[in-house]
Amino acid sequence: MIFLSLFYTFFMIGLFGFGGGYGMLSLIQHETVETHHWLSTAEFTDIVAISQMTPGPIGINSATYCGYTAIHNAGYGHLMAVLGSATATFALVLPSLVLMILISRMFIKYMNTQPVRSIFAGLRPAVVGLLAAATLLLCNKENFSTPMENPWQFFISCALLAATAFGTGYLKINPIRMICYAGFAGLLLLY
Amino acid sequence: MNIYWDSFKTFFKIGIFTLGGGYAMIPLIEEEVVNKKQWVSKDEMLDLIAIAQSCPGVFAINIATFIGYKLKKTRGAIATTVGTALPSSLIILAIAIFFSQFKDNPYVAAIFRGIRPAVVALIAVPTFRMAQRAKIGWTNCWIPVVCALAIWLLGVSPIYIILIAALAGYLYGMFIKPTES
Repeated sequence: MIFLSLFYTFFMIGLFGFGGGYGMLSLIQHETVETHHWLSTAEFTDIVAISQMTPGPIGINSATYCGYTAIHNAGYGHLMAVLGSATATFALVLPSLVLMILISRMFIKYMNTQPVRSIFAGLRPAVVGLLAAATLLLCNKENFSTPMENPWQFFISCALLAATAFGTGYLKINPIRMICYAGFAGLLLLY
Repeated sequence: MNIYWDSFKTFFKIGIFTLGGGYAMIPLIEEEVVNKKQWVSKDEMLDLIAIAQSCPGVFAINIATFIGYKLKKTRGAIATTVGTALPSSLIILAIAIFFSQFKDNPYVAAIFRGIRPAVVALIAVPTFRMAQRAKIGWTNCWIPVVCALAIWLLGVSPIYIILIAALAGYLYGMFIKPTES
């Protein structure tokens, strides 16, 4: 049963995931964390971090990892969890495969028509909102703690957020290197 | 050499060597597919990128499917798609198996407590970059703001946001400003 809903969920994510990997994040987060509770916010954030550091598209990475972890968290063994990751990845890729084949077969001449362009023009600002929502949803106490609960961790977390935004956005430091710096800071300051 | 095997291998290689997601793949795909193998021309590649970007799904998979289909129809598309997805999938699977045993280790936990806030920033930065690319200004900045608040505060599914935005774009282009692209 969980396999079926895993398949359905990632199929929907593949079908409605506009705006590339990042645009997809709020969909993946909404479905796996909020709706199905397969992952906690902290686990989801870890997946994003690991996806950033390993090769390949972030959508594929998250699907594989979510599929594995969701089945594993549900109390199944490793073998079933591997099957879960295959299910999620296949389901994510399937809509792309079908849609791209359909487009190259018959719709390529419609891609530049007025209605299709209007639809994409409407989607573009919404995808920016989706990405903003993914950012906001990750700003919670699982990732930052709270000023009441653990003021030290909260302060360090906010500083790391600001430092990473400045480093990657302004100084153009490679994101992977920035993740390594943040991990090192965590080891030193939050152990 | 068998064309299925060749295209699978090419996209497998592209899948292995791209850190940082789909857009980092474009130069590598161009080098392999346009310059070396000459499966598509440079102009076709530009069209492919435009279509793959506007369609849903993983960008790199969209490109791979497109080129595979152009080469050898549906079976070619399956070869290139599996080739692109397989390396990252296998690597992340190995990490998932490995990480599930180590995440309760206090050192690993501390490292990830540091990484998590950094990840939030890593998603925040492309938000602004994408806003520039989508030409968000004073007149239309309410759209992303409303979308983000609906998801964040009201828990609306992003799927509904996508559907509404597509419909609104269609109606706007149809009835309000038919000349705008």
